[in-house]
Amino acid sequence: MTTAVAGERAAELRGFRKVQRLAYECAEAVAASLEPGVTEREAARMQRVWLRERGVRDWFHLPFAWFGDRTAFVNFRVPLQFFPTDRRLEPGMPFILDMAPVHGGFTADIGYSGSLGLNPLQDKLMDDLEAHRELILREVRERRPLRAIYEDVDRLMVRQGYANRHRAYPFGVIAHKVDRVKERRWSPKVFGFGTQSLKGLAADALHGHREGWSPLRSPYRFSDHPPRPGLWAVEPHLGFRGTGAKFEEILVVTDSKDPEESAFWLDDDLPHVRRWAEGK
Amino acid sequence: MLENARERRVRTGGVELCVAEVGEPGQPTVVLVHGYPDSKEVWAQVAARLADRFHVVLYDVRGHGRSTAPRPLRGGFTLEKLTDDFLAVVDAVSPDRPVHLVGHDWGSVQSWEFATVARTEGRIASFTSMSGPSLDHFGHWINTRLRRPTPRRVGQLLGQGAKSWYVYALHTPVLPELAWRGPLGKVWPRVLERFERVPGDGYPTSSLPTDAAHGAWLYRDNVRARLRRPRADAYAHAPVQLITPLGDAFLSERLYDELEQWVPQLTRRTLPARHWIPRSRPDQLAAWIGEFVTANEGGRTVTAPDGKYAERFGGQLVLVTGAGSGIGRATAYAFAESGARVIAVDRDPEGAAHTAEMSRLLGAPEAWAETVDVSDEQAMEKLADKVAAEYGVVDVLVNNAGIGLAGSFFDTTPEDWKKVLDVNLWGVIHGCRLFGKQMAERGQGGHIVNTASAAAYQPSKALPAYSTSKAAVLMLSECLRAELAGQGIGVSAICPGFVNTNITSTARFAGVDAEEEKRRQKRTARLYGLRNYPPEKVADAILRAVVRNEAVVPVTPEARGAHLLSRFTPRALRAIARLEPPL
Repeated sequence: MTTAVAGERAAELRGFRKVQRLAYECAEAVAASLEPGVTEREAARMQRVWLRERGVRDWFHLPFAWFGDRTAFVNFRVPLQFFPTDRRLEPGMPFILDMAPVHGGFTADIGYSGSLGLNPLQDKLMDDLEAHRELILREVRERRPLRAIYEDVDRLMVRQGYANRHRAYPFGVIAHKVDRVKERRWSPKVFGFGTQSLKGLAADALHGHREGWSPLRSPYRFSDHPPRPGLWAVEPHLGFRGTGAKFEEILVVTDSKDPEESAFWLDDDLPHVRRWAEGK
Repeated sequence: MLENARERRVRTGGVELCVAEVGEPGQPTVVLVHGYPDSKEVWAQVAARLADRFHVVLYDVRGHGRSTAPRPLRGGFTLEKLTDDFLAVVDAVSPDRPVHLVGHDWGSVQSWEFATVARTEGRIASFTSMSGPSLDHFGHWINTRLRRPTPRRVGQLLGQGAKSWYVYALHTPVLPELAWRGPLGKVWPRVLERFERVPGDGYPTSSLPTDAAHGAWLYRDNVRARLRRPRADAYAHAPVQLITPLGDAFLSERLYDELEQWVPQLTRRTLPARHWIPRSRPDQLAAWIGEFVTANEGGRTVTAPDGKYAERFGGQLVLVTGAGSGIGRATAYAFAESGARVIAVDRDPEGAAHTAEMSRLLGAPEAWAETVDVSDEQAMEKLADKVAAEYGVVDVLVNNAGIGLAGSFFDTTPEDWKKVLDVNLWGVIHGCRLFGKQMAERGQGGHIVNTASAAAYQPSKALPAYSTSKAAVLMLSECLRAELAGQGIGVSAICPGFVNTNITSTARFAGVDAEEEKRRQKRTARLYGLRNYPPEKVADAILRAVVRNEAVVPVTPEARGAHLLSRFTPRALRAIARLEPPL
């Protein structure tokens, strides 16, 4: 019985891993083809086309692209400002690609930071993000309340001398749940978010509200509980004056008693992880 | 005046030019062209500072200094003939490699001609222009304004028209010559010292009356002809660095508004000084020329930092105390974004080092961290010596380090008083005393910013010691401003108000036990957090204060409000002083 469950679980994780890798491949391919003068809209379209060609039909959210000081969400006040604009890429400019494709019923949600040419400042931000990946995993394994983890991440950012930019995200989330999604022939989107996924999130939110947990990890009171088992897309986002950097990937949380098993990153072979390993 | 100069004479078009060279001939050649009424010796200070890295060439323009004058004078000073002279000189001193051209005043006017005509293409590697527009660009500038005379444009025309009074004067026949050879030639050096604030160092040379008399033909031969029919193809074929002195009595900075359309690669610099910058600001000029020449020599396109005030602070040396956090750190970052070289001083070594590291990433060409307690007189003296020896004379000093102290007067112990005055007042005194002195001795201007506080004019029963220290800083700044005004050094006092920094969590609360102190620190930090006025905005105000040379700058709305009340209804302010803060 347990082996069957474990087998099913492993197959499911393989599915999620595959989409996540696909998404990161897309990010790397699009990032490599960016050149001066490309607009955010064009970069977002390039991601969409690349993934559609590889069978993606539904989205948790449509691809985003942020260039220049928009990577640090400078002067963002309303959520509509997240959507791609006609801002053009210039040499040395930082950019962030963020996409959440659904493929074969599995969802990925990733964020990829880079720059056109050299940008030592963004490199530094990316270096400093490594500590956040370690901190989040450690604290999730310790079963600390989500709100406390959020505050610790925040404190680390302040200690590093940066501003917390994920505060600008809807609900101030640093992580949210992702799940399997039924594939439909027609997948409508609301404000760039796939309705199927939103439905899942809403169902979670409803359950959570009844049981006292939330599918969002944020500084607010509704996140004052230990992480629930499931798949969490984690997205710490550093901002420093006009430059931002983030990564986003899936953290698997289980109800296992073994700390190693209780939480682990879905995949350790990702561009930002490889980058840190090479730097050592 | 030119030390160790090798002289040679170059014959061209019926005149003989006196050419001086300093520095190694193997180095990149920098040609300095003087203006009116000057001779090549006007560049003496700049040339001396460039000679260790470059092959510096100076020549007396025809009719000036020890070059001979054309016969007849009329028609002998056209830009075409001046271009012939320039080509003869560069062919003699640097036959194989293009030269880096630097011009001031009329030297710049003619250099614009050199840099925009086809026959010099490939002979000029870069051009640094100061206080001398291209006559062709000037002609187009006037025409655009006449064609569509909006009120702003008419204002610009009238402004420059008034500044050009001497041009009209020089067009009268004979009289200018008589004046220069007579009384004007005699009093001119004193006029320059008095009104242009140049040092009295033996310049102008004895040839001044003839230089000035001959030079009048520069105007008569060219100005009317070019302004009436400006060339339509006056595009620069070399990268241009434009250095604009903001206090120039003869040229409006608006003249260069449309320069980008003529110059594909333009780097702009501004400095607060009057017209004769080769004499009054040689250090800054040598640094900017050196940087520009080296960059172009290396084939790099010069990418100036794109900070808001990059034109003004690029390459300048800025020292900020208390730079490990809060307003000091934000200020260091803002200067770094504008391309300044930053010295981050803090008593916390880690904080200072972090600020320096991030400053470099933000665009500071160089940034250093220094660990010093500003209240420690000896340590500050050591720092001043080290800075002078290793980094140079500070251009902008920001005395920002400060600590908080709250609590009633009778709860404040003498130790508390000593501590807050030591940091908040003595720290500023030491900074001004040591670094201000270096600035004054250099005699090339600078700026001092002291961080005071809105508490400097807003009394409060909760902050007697802190407010006293800050009021002293405010008055010190005002007095120092008066004293240093004559030397071109500005002093600004910044009065921020409630700004969200960690001063609250380190502030001392007198008269309460440790636990209550912790609670009050937390509570204040929370209130300041709710107010959430970012230190970055204060940093912005500091840079603006330096650029505009403002005396007292209240920053937050409440600081501005209190400042107004202190001037018009001080009694209301006193009533507010009696309120108990909500702690």
